Amino acid sequence: MAEREQKKKSTTRRDDESVEETPASTESGEKLKAELDDLLDEIDDVLETNAEDFVKSYIQKGGQ
Amino acid sequence: MALPKIVGIETELGVMVRGTPDWNPVSASSLVINAYVGGETGGLDERSVPIAWDFIDETPGADARELVPPEFAMPPEIETHLVNAVLTNGARYYVDHAHPEISTPECRDARSIVVWDRAAELIAVASMERAIDALPPGQEIVLYKDNTDRKGNAYGTHENYLLDRSLPFGQIIAAGTAHFITRQIFTGSGKVGSELPGMGIGDVPFQLTQRAEHFEEEVGLETTLKRPIINTRDEPHADSQRYRRLHVIVGDANLAQVATFLKVGTSALVFAMAEDGVLEVPMFREPVPAMHQVSHDLSLAEPLALAGGTSITALEVQLDLLEQATAWADQADLDVVGGEEVTRDVLRRWEQVLTGLERDPDSVAGQVDWVAKKRILDGFRERHDCGWDDPRLRALDVQYHDLRPTKSLAARAGLEAIVDDAEAADAVRNPPEDTRAYFRGRCLQKFADNVVAANWDSIVFDTGDEPLRRVPMLEPVRGTLAHVGQLLDESTTAAELLDKLGA
Repeated sequence: MAEREQKKKSTTRRDDESVEETPASTESGEKLKAELDDLLDEIDDVLETNAEDFVKSYIQKGGQ
Repeated sequence: MALPKIVGIETELGVMVRGTPDWNPVSASSLVINAYVGGETGGLDERSVPIAWDFIDETPGADARELVPPEFAMPPEIETHLVNAVLTNGARYYVDHAHPEISTPECRDARSIVVWDRAAELIAVASMERAIDALPPGQEIVLYKDNTDRKGNAYGTHENYLLDRSLPFGQIIAAGTAHFITRQIFTGSGKVGSELPGMGIGDVPFQLTQRAEHFEEEVGLETTLKRPIINTRDEPHADSQRYRRLHVIVGDANLAQVATFLKVGTSALVFAMAEDGVLEVPMFREPVPAMHQVSHDLSLAEPLALAGGTSITALEVQLDLLEQATAWADQADLDVVGGEEVTRDVLRRWEQVLTGLERDPDSVAGQVDWVAKKRILDGFRERHDCGWDDPRLRALDVQYHDLRPTKSLAARAGLEAIVDDAEAADAVRNPPEDTRAYFRGRCLQKFADNVVAANWDSIVFDTGDEPLRRVPMLEPVRGTLAHVGQLLDESTTAAELLDKLGA
């Protein structure tokens, strides 16, 4: 067990080999931010009108 | 040698009637399903109308632990099912307690699960649209693909994995516990606040999962109270000498297709490795608190205490499992997890998501639900200068899961699609071709008038003046297009099909 835990601590190897593989790279950061701004504009329109009442009325009994 | 990891997902949906204060969840659930399958309103999937679910072989109280003292093995309450239909895509659509529930057909791999899980969402959308006609003006039934009302009431998104009966249950507990606690970092759908007693919004403003806080035991038979991380229901819906069906109740409902893909894909790999005897997993000192801790830890960096006295993070466990799975995949027969292509895709996306989470969680906002949701909530908080206690954030939290295309936040969150809606729309009507679901679905498409009942492992036919004839389907990997496609094509009547099958 001790040996395996030692191995798990050493994750630096991963850092070396997979730097370029994230789904969203930095150059798309600006695009993502613009998309989020558009989404937030839209949310102001689609958000449930009385948020507090809506949240209170969301009751779901009898589930697994 | 690992057995094929046949998988399925059962999703209980949240339900609300909008436009009236006076409504009943059981009636609403029945109405919305009937709107789809038939009944008084006439259905969209008319061939599913006459089919009853056959409970003859169901034993939800059977416990996988061989020697369990009776006081620890209380069978769960018998489920009261009202509307209950089998669909032409091999799925089951029914009222379970006070929720609509849809179970995907049996699938061979993680990609198929995404296809039929998305098909289930489309079925729910069609049901809601159709139900409007059956309601008074101004009323609407709304379905939510989530797991909690955020007031202590939870409902499940259960996964099922076909396992080798000879795999000792203790090994299933070890593998499942380690994976289920730590996979939460990419399977969580996110939740504002906490449902634990004494925990306020200041203690837990946002957490990774919907479900974690509803788990109180390590191992057990319950699904509705004192929920266990490892559920011991022993009901294989298949040859019980050869197979076990692991009923996994810890998962969140995912809107992100990549999250569903990885939830099922990584779990299938972990159990295939366990069956091959090559899986090594850490043992947590206190699994239930560790599960809560992972859900509450937005830094993904908190050490979890191990039984041996040391500690490890969830991310480290997942990176280690990925490393083991990559090594296993280089020498194993990958057909058991759906073949080379889907397995390489699981491994590639697993690595992308883990390294993304490690470096900058926002980079996986298209793949992981809790990240996608938190990104929206953070943007909203900044724009409106509000705190986590603002009720609008709780409303957005629920609305992320609203399945109406006009209201769904998930549909607007920029989530990456693995399957397009044309493929999912085809899967609304048609079953997977590579499991016994093919036989079930095709029989309904072709001979619905002769099918009097069906369940996971059999179909009962009435061909006229003979006694009813039951076709057992105890092998989930038989009844596929390759096995029975030609027979079904060539049979013009149910009687002819049964004669050809020798049933």
